[in-house]
Amino acid sequence: MYGFEAMTFNIHGGYLEAIVRGHRAGLLTAADYNNLCQCETLDDIKMHLSATEYGPYLQNEPSPLHTTTIVEKCTLKLVDEYKHMLCQATEPLSTFLEYITYGHMIDNVVLIVTGTLHERDVQELLEKCHPLGMFDSIATLAVAQNMRELYRLVLVDTPLAPYFSECITSEDLDDMNIEIMRNTLYKAYLEDFYKFCQKLGGATAEIMSDLLAFEADRRAVNITINSIGTELTRDDRRKLYSNFGLLYPYGHEELAVCEDIDQVRAVMEKYPPYQSIFSKLSYGESQMLDKAFYEEEVKRLCLAFEQQFHYGVFFAYMRLREQEIRNLMWISECVAQNQKSRVHDSVVFIF
Amino acid sequence: MERIEKFIDNLPPMDLMRSEKMTLVQLIIPVESAHRAISYLGELGLLQFRDLNSERSPFQRTFVNQVKRCGEMSRKLRFFKDQISKAGLLSSVHPVVEPDLELEELEIQLAEHENELIEMNSNSEKLRVTYNELLEFKLVLQKACGFLLPSSNHAVAEERELTENIYSNDDYVETASLLEQETRPADQSGLRFISGIICKSKALRFERMLFRATRGNMLFNQAPAGEEIMDPLSAEMVEKTVFVVHFSGEQARTKILKICEAFGANCYPVPDDISKQRQITREVSSHLSELETTLDAGIRHRNKALTSIGYHLTQWTSMVRREKAVYDTLNMLNFDVTKKCLVGEGWCPIFAKVQIQEALQRATFDSSSQVGIIFHVMDAVESPPTYFRTNHFTNAYQEIVDAYGVARYQEANPAVYTVVTFPFLFAVMFGDWGHGICLLLGALVLIAREGRLSTQKLGSFMEMLFGGRYVLLLMSLFSIYCGLIYNEFFSVPFHIFGGSAYKCRDVTCSDAKSAGLIKFRDPYPFGVDPSWRGSRLELPFLNSLKMKMSILLGVAQMNLGIILSYFNARFFRSSLDIRYQFVPQMIFLNSLFGYLSLLIIIKWCTGSQADLYHVMIYMFLSPTDDLGENELFWGQRPLQIVLLLLALVAVPWMLFPKPFILKKLHSERFQGRTYGLLGSSEFDLDVEPDSARDHHEEFNFSEVFVHQMIHSIEFVLGAVSNTASYLRLWALSLAHSELSTVFYEKVLLLAWGYDNIVIRLIGLAVFAFATAFILLMMETLSAFLHALRLHWVEFQNKFYHGDGYKFKPFSFALITDDDD
Repeated sequence: MYGFEAMTFNIHGGYLEAIVRGHRAGLLTAADYNNLCQCETLDDIKMHLSATEYGPYLQNEPSPLHTTTIVEKCTLKLVDEYKHMLCQATEPLSTFLEYITYGHMIDNVVLIVTGTLHERDVQELLEKCHPLGMFDSIATLAVAQNMRELYRLVLVDTPLAPYFSECITSEDLDDMNIEIMRNTLYKAYLEDFYKFCQKLGGATAEIMSDLLAFEADRRAVNITINSIGTELTRDDRRKLYSNFGLLYPYGHEELAVCEDIDQVRAVMEKYPPYQSIFSKLSYGESQMLDKAFYEEEVKRLCLAFEQQFHYGVFFAYMRLREQEIRNLMWISECVAQNQKSRVHDSVVFIF
Repeated sequence: MERIEKFIDNLPPMDLMRSEKMTLVQLIIPVESAHRAISYLGELGLLQFRDLNSERSPFQRTFVNQVKRCGEMSRKLRFFKDQISKAGLLSSVHPVVEPDLELEELEIQLAEHENELIEMNSNSEKLRVTYNELLEFKLVLQKACGFLLPSSNHAVAEERELTENIYSNDDYVETASLLEQETRPADQSGLRFISGIICKSKALRFERMLFRATRGNMLFNQAPAGEEIMDPLSAEMVEKTVFVVHFSGEQARTKILKICEAFGANCYPVPDDISKQRQITREVSSHLSELETTLDAGIRHRNKALTSIGYHLTQWTSMVRREKAVYDTLNMLNFDVTKKCLVGEGWCPIFAKVQIQEALQRATFDSSSQVGIIFHVMDAVESPPTYFRTNHFTNAYQEIVDAYGVARYQEANPAVYTVVTFPFLFAVMFGDWGHGICLLLGALVLIAREGRLSTQKLGSFMEMLFGGRYVLLLMSLFSIYCGLIYNEFFSVPFHIFGGSAYKCRDVTCSDAKSAGLIKFRDPYPFGVDPSWRGSRLELPFLNSLKMKMSILLGVAQMNLGIILSYFNARFFRSSLDIRYQFVPQMIFLNSLFGYLSLLIIIKWCTGSQADLYHVMIYMFLSPTDDLGENELFWGQRPLQIVLLLLALVAVPWMLFPKPFILKKLHSERFQGRTYGLLGSSEFDLDVEPDSARDHHEEFNFSEVFVHQMIHSIEFVLGAVSNTASYLRLWALSLAHSELSTVFYEKVLLLAWGYDNIVIRLIGLAVFAFATAFILLMMETLSAFLHALRLHWVEFQNKFYHGDGYKFKPFSFALITDDDD
């Protein structure tokens, strides 16, 4: 299929690509964000959103709105679109679409496990889970006492099972090893996804490897920054980095030994694509790093739409929508808490 | 020439020819009467407001709160509607008409109803949950006994004592979750059990999970519950499965309970003793029946409330929709400087000015405002919207034209001619009076049921048919007419207008197919002689006839198009277009294809044998050559040379002068004016923001020239290709008659040849289906599309710009429920 996507892609993927491009056209624009940022109340936000594709999802909400309702409904729209696409998809696109949700699955598993560790109600936890990452027996996660049980009872049925091979221990669960589990799983997931895309070949491999490499590098940086000052050893830290991406392998070696944020910065500035991100930050600051990364990610995701006949658009669309929902959540929170001066702090314009 | 001009000027104005004269008006409305004035205007429905606040986002506008309130109310109404349809009630067919409510009152009423409903819902919800629990308990008791019976003999007395204490409690429902802990060792080996109920769809996974969690040390029994239970979340009936798990050990118990919780399985304790079981079953049943009556009463009460809401729902909905429309319109208005008046701009047809003024006066009077509403006409630079007053009959034809493009303001409207030419061209392709009668019946049914169908909601296909019922009517009438001319009735010729003009050479008629017939009396009076059918020369004869007829019709229609461009030019006082566009176009088309038409007519009249292909081809190749036997009339050769020269001259005539003259005119008008026009201060003040008055003008010669070039080339090439395009009339007509011949001869007659009733019936059925679906549906569709194309392309490109925009008045009648 390599290089000849134009000839055969549309047989199976053409309809869905058209659908996803149509969905993309419905993403909120900078003008929409400008209007949203001027809103005084959540009702104003609802009113503005009613003119967008979110309209039908919000129109039946009674008036005292909450941020959670807005976010919930917007996510519901994304989920509906995703499910529709998944229903229509054939192999290998359907597998590709499923891969997109594994990240949420990992997050949900970690959420439930941490929650039960702190003796929270399972139903309450389930409500907080991302609907894209739900699987059948997710509630049963609460039964497990250690990693081995977690795997044997529940996760062996899920697509996450192969990623578990590295973290089956009989240790009891605690915060630290749950976090390590999350990152190990994520590492395995990204590598698997990367391999899958390479197997698909063609423009999909080309575009997805770029997007996934960025994701992997971002995670590496975040792991490094978050593990500074914890008891995580260098080797353990090194093990959590995904084995691909721009930073692999030399960047990882250097990141593994970093002791503070400025050292991370020094490492990253050796890589031209990340230079611009770090040059926006002042020394010693890591607050704005997330936003800078998000902005860079959005830029790359938008570029994925410039090329045709590849699956990257589906990944890009899902990610862009998620970013949009994060934006809406931030704007709504700011409006709800009367913090409008901070509204621009974390909103990433998509177009 | 003078007389022609005079004659044209004195022509009575045609209603649909030009769109209504529009004018830009300004309204200055005092705030207190604004709402009333706008709603009166909405009832009138003849004023299109311009949005003067387009730069403001929706929530920055003046009446945003009212719009929000309307949105909230319509949400409540949707909630009611939803509830009513969920309860399975029909929303009332006869809505109660009651005096108009104030919006505020309605809002309060709606809020009350909503609260009431929500309260009732939550009450019945609670009851429903309890009811479900009891029902499940009952089912578990019934089914689980089956699994437990053998072990009940070994039941230990103490446990029985214990359970007795607890089960004697009447509020076991509330303590059900506590009771599930009451799993007793059923025998000395420490075997215990948990019983409960779970969704059927989850049962398999549940069992697997239990197996894994206990490492296989359990016994799982299940039985279908037999009864469907309502799922409180989705209000759907779900099938459930009763299960009993036997296991041993305390750890396993906690695990199993957790898994039960995770799977949403409800656990209920079942006593081992049979008498206990019976007793509990009895109690549960009695409670169930009590609850059922309560539930029923609740539902009855709720239904009553919903029905009373349903009576008003339609009225409320339309009222809220109107209010929302009024406030949306008010949001388009500007406040004036003093903030006491609203200023609006809009388009209205000139004939409606009196009505609008009257409505505004009424509004002032009704709202007992001190100050009247000022209504005055403004001059506009922007082109006004196009508005045709159509009726039931003309509407469909206007839609056909609008589908191509809405007419430029006051431009000649092709719909006037489309009313006749469209069905006629259709019929030329669909000429068969048998099929025409079928279509006519269909059209008459649609028209007879007009009153009923127009109020119903139809499917998209029926809606299309219904919308085009008058098109269908004319199409079928013309089809009958053309069918009579072609003498076709399901491809069978009839001797309606007397006998055939031809007869056989001798009595035996043996050489009829080879030597042909002889003519013995006057031609058949109307249409094609029936004797042509089945003869050897049938096809060549009909082809020649239809082909020539197509060209005549085409040239006539194209000439009509060019003449309409003359009327347009006269109307817009553009002598340039007449002189350098209309005249050369007329000359070009008629010197070539007009001449061809002339030849056709002469050939028909004189019965000459001349070869028209030859004449036309050699007119170009060697115009000076002698025509020989192809000469139709005296002086044909010099005439041809003159026509050819005229056609050659016409091409540069329509190409060059116009852009140059336009350029000259432009430079004359702006001579010496090197700087732009400075807006006088007075003028500037007068301009409302976003008003229709701002304008600028620029002249780009190359653009105009290229445009003219494209236009000329299109016309010259189009003259040839469009004429050829009209041959589709012949082609489709041929296809239609051949198809119907095939179905008639090869299906119906073939089947009739057998002396077998079954074969005959089958043949008849196939013939009927083929006629109905292929000839009446597919062929109608294809002839319709070809007629559409002939109008949109061949006819309308001669004169129609179609770049206007439609008049969309603010009207309550036009507010449909599309926003739902």
